[in-house]
Amino acid sequence: MNPVVRSLRQVGASLAGAKAGLASRWNAMGPTQRLSAYVLGVLALYLAPWWTEIPLLGSIVDTPGTQFTTVLSDRVIIFVLVALGLNVVVGLAGLLDLGYVGFYAVGAYTTAILTSSHASLPWLLALPVSIAVSMVFGVILGAPTLRLRGDYLAIVTLGFGEIIRLSAKNAEWLGGSRGINDIKHPPSIGPLKFGVVDPKPYYWLGLTMVFAVMFLLHRLENSRVGRAWVAIREDEDAAELMGVDTFRFKLWAFAIGAAVGGLAGVQYAGKVGFINPDNFPLLLSILFLAAVVLGGSGNMHGAILGGILVSYLPERLRNFQDKRVFVFGVALVLVMVFRPEGLLPKKVGTRKAVAAPGEGGAQ
Amino acid sequence: MKKSRVLRASALLIGLSLVGVACGGDDTSSDTTAAAGGDVTCDGLKIAFFGALTGDAGNLGQNIKKGVDLAVAEFNEANPGCQVGIEAYDSQGDPAQAPALADKAVADASVVGIVGPAFSGESKAVNGKFDEAGLPIVTPSATNPDLANQGWKIFHRALAGDDKQGPGIVQKITADGKAKVGVIDDNSEYGKGLADIVQAGLGAAAVEMNSLDPEGSDYSAIVTAAKDAGVDGIFFGGYYAAAGKLAKQLKDGGVDAQLYFADGVLDVGFIEAAGPAAEGSIIMCPCAPKDSNADFLAAFKAKFNEDPATYAAEAYDAATAFLDAIAAGKQDRASILEFLKTYDKAGVTKQIKWDEKGEVAGNAIYAYTIESGAIVGKPGLIG
Amino acid sequence: MRDWLLYRTFWDLTITGLALGSIYSLVALGYTLVYGVLRLINFAHSEIFMVGTFGALMASQEFLGIPMLEDGGYPYRTGFMLLVFLVFILLCAMVFSGLGAVALERVAYKSLRGNGDLFGAVVLAFLTGFVVSMVFVDDTLANVIVAAILTAPITMGYMSLFRRGKQSPRLAFLISAIGASTAIAEAMAIWGPEKREQYQTPRILEKDVLFSFLGADVRVDNVIVIVGALLMMVALTLFVNKSRLGRGVRAVAQDAETARILGVNVDMIILVTFALGGVMAGGAAMLFTLVYEQSRFNIGFILGVKSFTAAVLGGIGNLKGALLGGLVLGLVENYASAVFGGQWKDVVAFVVLLVVLMFRPTGLLGESLGRARV
Repeated sequence: MNPVVRSLRQVGASLAGAKAGLASRWNAMGPTQRLSAYVLGVLALYLAPWWTEIPLLGSIVDTPGTQFTTVLSDRVIIFVLVALGLNVVVGLAGLLDLGYVGFYAVGAYTTAILTSSHASLPWLLALPVSIAVSMVFGVILGAPTLRLRGDYLAIVTLGFGEIIRLSAKNAEWLGGSRGINDIKHPPSIGPLKFGVVDPKPYYWLGLTMVFAVMFLLHRLENSRVGRAWVAIREDEDAAELMGVDTFRFKLWAFAIGAAVGGLAGVQYAGKVGFINPDNFPLLLSILFLAAVVLGGSGNMHGAILGGILVSYLPERLRNFQDKRVFVFGVALVLVMVFRPEGLLPKKVGTRKAVAAPGEGGAQ
Repeated sequence: MKKSRVLRASALLIGLSLVGVACGGDDTSSDTTAAAGGDVTCDGLKIAFFGALTGDAGNLGQNIKKGVDLAVAEFNEANPGCQVGIEAYDSQGDPAQAPALADKAVADASVVGIVGPAFSGESKAVNGKFDEAGLPIVTPSATNPDLANQGWKIFHRALAGDDKQGPGIVQKITADGKAKVGVIDDNSEYGKGLADIVQAGLGAAAVEMNSLDPEGSDYSAIVTAAKDAGVDGIFFGGYYAAAGKLAKQLKDGGVDAQLYFADGVLDVGFIEAAGPAAEGSIIMCPCAPKDSNADFLAAFKAKFNEDPATYAAEAYDAATAFLDAIAAGKQDRASILEFLKTYDKAGVTKQIKWDEKGEVAGNAIYAYTIESGAIVGKPGLIG
Repeated sequence: MRDWLLYRTFWDLTITGLALGSIYSLVALGYTLVYGVLRLINFAHSEIFMVGTFGALMASQEFLGIPMLEDGGYPYRTGFMLLVFLVFILLCAMVFSGLGAVALERVAYKSLRGNGDLFGAVVLAFLTGFVVSMVFVDDTLANVIVAAILTAPITMGYMSLFRRGKQSPRLAFLISAIGASTAIAEAMAIWGPEKREQYQTPRILEKDVLFSFLGADVRVDNVIVIVGALLMMVALTLFVNKSRLGRGVRAVAQDAETARILGVNVDMIILVTFALGGVMAGGAAMLFTLVYEQSRFNIGFILGVKSFTAAVLGGIGNLKGALLGGLVLGLVENYASAVFGGQWKDVVAFVVLLVVLMFRPTGLLGESLGRARV
């Protein structure tokens, strides 16, 4: 046998072995051990801004030419939030959305309008309003279009994203192509100063949002709504026949996805303090989708991984200069050819096992 | 063994992070104070370029970077005791990428001045950071009027803003006796801002013809509108690629109006894109013709084996201001910022002297025309 | 005020709108063909168009040696020679695009259908070697050499790693296409002679006004584009309806499994479908360079989005729908520019699409390649 093939096989086997080993070790742990592992893991994530100071690890993770912490706060966290939201729409409900950037823009613009250009609410008040407005936009887009199937929906959502961007660009009320600046930052709490220079508080805030969204989505996934989504994704007609109100649940998926996208927009606007329509190009929708599918559509952890890779890698690969987008394209093809379900595929089997006992009566 | 690798790895990560927290604080302590006058000495100072080096707008950034490179190379040759480095922050002109780069620049204490940010959008996204960090900037190309009104004390620009350029264009169009001028823009911040100023300045002579998509390829609707309105002049606010396509399609469509453009079009790319349709176009720019300073032209040619392109000379002036500060012994951000306040020197392009908002004092607008496929400057046409 | 502009210049706008719409239609055919057969959005089709424009550029500049515009004078051909030139450039563009589409299918799609083959493996292996060597050396020639050496072993590895006989989820096709699209466009931007700058294609014929139609000037290039696009579409329709291969395309579109059982070489038919779409995109590219005389690494992106919109508007999978959708879109854009201003034309176009789909959820003419009523 070809040595490369053999070594590839061996790498694959050892990876699989490591995964299985990790899983069995995890299962063997007692509750206290698991809890402390969780706590330590979370703590390590909150300390991420200092990873670059660690001797060996630092040189691996640090982004050349850019501030690592700002990459985390401005790019990675935003992409992870967006990927979580888009995963609800694409991964759970199976609706192909090519205009997700629209909701992200709605969230950011609502915050900008409310805190800077047309009112001066504090950021904290703008946050729920912006999420609600994004949700309303999700319903506005969803209601007339969700009866469309698959690829028709894709182009309609793509058009929606463009309509949002171009309207922002053309409407003076929305700042036009000048954009909106002086957007308010989140309120400082004690030593936690949400200012212009230090990105760390924003990263911590964003990370907290990610955990909150993960928790809520996890609850949702294992509820009646989550099961209805999976049913729709697997076979819409069958779900309809079984009495699932597919339209209503699809609309829910859209609204919730939109809300999370909006949240990401609020966080971004509050961090940078300035937005203009160029922040929301069509290409970003495509990158968002790539993040979800690359990581593993339908699996929350996969979506998170995808979000991290798509936002972090281009910054890490800055040495490649203008070749990095090419590298990214080639990588997408390779991953899809060899792992079409994404890097962390969804686990259909275990889901059923979890959902089956003790939660009956819903349908 | 059962004690979980996950657990131990996490613990290690945290421990090391805490060490990092402890060590992180002490890299700002190096204070550089050098004797003023005589042979300048300095150690590890850097001037940064901030803007697009790659991506769609990469060319413009490359021009600027060359201007900085030249100024620094000349300085280093003249001052063996003070070798100034250059740091390049490539934002691709994207306001979303800019903040992480800006934070890096702010955190790097050896960066004492920034030539850039090159565009208005990214400037709005990051200048606040530079302001808070007290890191002085001189932009060689961002001409948006708003930028000077944000209260940033670190802001300077090496050329006139669009609020000066716009009236200059209006003056030129009026002087040419055009009675009906179509005003078109590319719906960008720069193009639309300038077109609005020009349209307001022209008053009744202006015919609003809205925007075109600079990434699009078909401008026939605009050509039709221009033909219908019977304009004798057309102003387009935008960049050279779109301007070239527009000029060509106007000519092909039988519109013979005199074309006026602004600084974003002053690039050979315009002539390449428009072909013979570029002939006779007038391009206004607050930038000096490349032959206005023979020494600079010769030095640039010697170093890069090409003529300086748009904004290279402004970048040279911007970098020179910082280098003069370093030569005067001002070797940290605060004292360089202080130095720039009273800076007054004849630069390559104009007298470099800033008012309290950071606008440059000399704000001559120059008119260029295209003759036989080359950009021809008519220096000092409009003061 | 502005709607009077629409009224006054209606026929001008109509003619230029139809010309632009014809190009949309031709590109839309590629989306429609692939969608009809594979039920997938060939997202990288826009790059096939881009490759075609460079085919046309090479044909006219390198092979025919037509000089670029110089101080106002063009060395025009006329009559028979002009026709020869046009046909030659057209064929070149079609060959470039056609080959590009076929290569795309083999590399980015075929293995996802569970049919990974040697060609795809070799290309992917080369690209892998290339990217990996980029980590260590920043020199394109060295990268190519390293990649070439590594190609053989990696290819063997890939051949054994392909997931055979397993259909991948549809989203994977889309992302693979997006990746391929990005890589092709970026490769052009990185290694093309003008990098990311705009290219000019030489002027081949003088853009005289041919005749006047209700006060609108009709230029010779408008006529060539509209007539040329119609001819190509007629040829394609005849091919799909009358030829053996065309029947195969329809059979696979209708029911791939049954077609396979009845002895149709499905992989072959899919390749033919991609080639047909590519050839149409090449035709569109040639006409595009004839009118607009330009290209760029990202020229396909916007045009691709528009053409895909056109395909859906007309009814994706339906050849006549692609024609109708393209023309409607071209006209809507032009009229909207006149009424609302150029900055709103895309918004209007998407709103029209939305409204049409609300009332006719499968587009103006519905899906039908499969139902054989092409």
